[in-house]
Amino acid sequence: MKATCWHGKHDMRVENVPDPVIMNQRDAIVRVTATAICGSDLHLYNGFIPTMKKGDIMGHEFMGEVVDVGPDVKNLKVGDRVVVPFAIACGNCLACEAKMYSLCENSNPNAWLAEKIMGHSPAGAFGYSHMLGGFAGGQAEYARVPFADFGALKVPAGMADEQALFLSDVFPTGYMAAEMCDIEPGDTIAVWGCGPVGQFAIASAKMLGAARIIAIDRFADRLAMAASKAGATDTIDYEDRDVFDALKELTGGVGPDACIDAVGMEAHAAHPALFAYDRFKQALMLESDRPIALREAIMACRNGGTVSVIGVYGGFIDKFPMGSFMNRSLTMKTGQCHVQRYMKPLLARIENGEIDPSFIITHRMRLDDAPDGYKMFAKKQDDCLKVVLTP
Amino acid sequence: MQRTDNRPNGPSGDIAPEVMRRPRQPAHGSDRQSRMRDASAQRLAHGLAWFSISLGLAQIVAPRLISRLVGGNGKYANLIRFYGVRELASGLMIFGQGRRPAAAVWSRVAGDAVDIATLAAAGASPRMNRSGVALATAGVLGVTALDVYCARELSRERVGEAGITMSRSVVVNRPPHELYAFWRTFENFPRFMYHVQSVRTTGPGVSHWVVNGPAGTSVEWDARMTADVPNERISWQTLEGADVESSGSVRFEPRPGNRGTIVRVDLQYRPPGGKAGKLAAMLFNESPEQQIYDDLHRFKQIVETGEVVRSDGSPEGMGDVRQRPGQPSGEASAYGDTAASSSASAD
Repeated sequence: MKATCWHGKHDMRVENVPDPVIMNQRDAIVRVTATAICGSDLHLYNGFIPTMKKGDIMGHEFMGEVVDVGPDVKNLKVGDRVVVPFAIACGNCLACEAKMYSLCENSNPNAWLAEKIMGHSPAGAFGYSHMLGGFAGGQAEYARVPFADFGALKVPAGMADEQALFLSDVFPTGYMAAEMCDIEPGDTIAVWGCGPVGQFAIASAKMLGAARIIAIDRFADRLAMAASKAGATDTIDYEDRDVFDALKELTGGVGPDACIDAVGMEAHAAHPALFAYDRFKQALMLESDRPIALREAIMACRNGGTVSVIGVYGGFIDKFPMGSFMNRSLTMKTGQCHVQRYMKPLLARIENGEIDPSFIITHRMRLDDAPDGYKMFAKKQDDCLKVVLTP
Repeated sequence: MQRTDNRPNGPSGDIAPEVMRRPRQPAHGSDRQSRMRDASAQRLAHGLAWFSISLGLAQIVAPRLISRLVGGNGKYANLIRFYGVRELASGLMIFGQGRRPAAAVWSRVAGDAVDIATLAAAGASPRMNRSGVALATAGVLGVTALDVYCARELSRERVGEAGITMSRSVVVNRPPHELYAFWRTFENFPRFMYHVQSVRTTGPGVSHWVVNGPAGTSVEWDARMTADVPNERISWQTLEGADVESSGSVRFEPRPGNRGTIVRVDLQYRPPGGKAGKLAAMLFNESPEQQIYDDLHRFKQIVETGEVVRSDGSPEGMGDVRQRPGQPSGEASAYGDTAASSSASAD
């Protein structure tokens, strides 16, 4: 089969590799009908995530048709259409019982490796380094889905692939970012980063009753989408205005009730020197992540407010404003999305027409063109926000 | 980490009380205490190394000053320089020898003896200042005492009489009785202990083990259950004459608040002499603690999810250190092992 393989920084190749086989009894094999490049895939593309191996198949947002099931998969049959959550979860361990699926205790065979880096291990994930299990990803013609009986969600007939695909990651991820804000009627929510997760965080904050949603980015097209499609009430171009001052002004000086960091470890800054400071330290391995958006979110948040961190961080950060955070009674909530928790309720919202997640798609390509898709998305060429690949 | 009680026999459930006559439990201290002693001896050794280096440098750079300090008249500069080189070498050797620089610290003791002899000879000379020599000798004797203490600590037999001991645990989301039942069926062991080829019950409480050795070899031994407390604890010990002398226990402790069970394994083993012993030592040398960690996590996966979880990068599952690329290997259902893992439950 054809698959998108990682070969190093800025080096993705579509190659012929063996077809997947059933390795565990709760596996299913899915013929991929649609898959997407995630913003977090760019961290791998840019070489910021350790424990990648040449030949690793990329991709954790995919859906398709079941073509084979292991003997213990009773709830799926060949021919079912399913969308697959990016985090692999068993459904049996204490973490899964607590609905913390991205912390499944059984799905990462390389937990010992993650423990060395992070203390404890999160769940395994598709196509996201050997530290998270060394699972082949879904940017391929076929994919093996472990614990398919627990994770894979059947897609109703009549729902288009493009409507269901983002249940695999970015829609639930954005939703969880908004949910972590504990939104109350009248709240103002600021969202750093208007990529796909930021767009869904904005749309979800609106669904959860936020009165005012402020979108922050530097790309006009993304800010325009945030305002016109996702439901942002205000936008801030951080290359145009100082974010802190703008947020103060928009909120009468108190700051947003909750701030969502939907940017993560590869943030940019308006001021070249500020960006250079973190990029330099990152290059020298003095810090692994550039927490520019996170610092801003903490400083801007109102006293007693909540900072919701959904952008991906990989390692260590520098100049964390702990004084501001502590003295102003802020709360931070964070985590990789517990996708399985949100798939069914969000599917229902799609079915009843509350939202059509396909609004974020800007580019449709063949799987063979995945390397171009990565390049385009990484460089944000042609207003690229979301690339969907079809094998 | 909590230590096990090292008694081979519990208050109840004993099946082989005669083994109490030959306990193989640690003669002194626990693993942790032993490590702490190692660490403090190492710190002391490093302190002595810095002392050696600074004194050595002083002797090389300013031998006449040193001579006058110890009650001399500034002569024998070359002899003092020579001693300085010796001091410097001792100090550097301590840093060069890694975690247990016993030989280097013993070399300091030998140097101390030479210093004392030299000072004694000097003390007999009428040209020397006697009180200066006496002060210097007292100083050297003090350092010698430290050197001897440190060298003895570093040379201390690291493995106690019981051999090497280790302890690992994992939390499993099942009640103790299920986990006990799974573990009590020794034939289950090869499913999660990857170095174990087979375990066969050969008599009441006695089992025969075949374990993978390096390069396709295997090691075999007989083990006897020394305690069997239903739903709480199982202990075992190899029989006399085994290639690998070892003993161990697994305990099942319910966590408060209905949050699963802590499964705790304690293991002691003594690599014996002889060819088979060397083989066994090599076998265990591939990080035994990591091996127990892997075994316990595979046990958890089997009991909680039904089988060992595999990925393309780790086709053998937890503990597969080879790490293939994360793409299908093309080996058709090589790891399907349908028969082996069909019964998932513990009972």
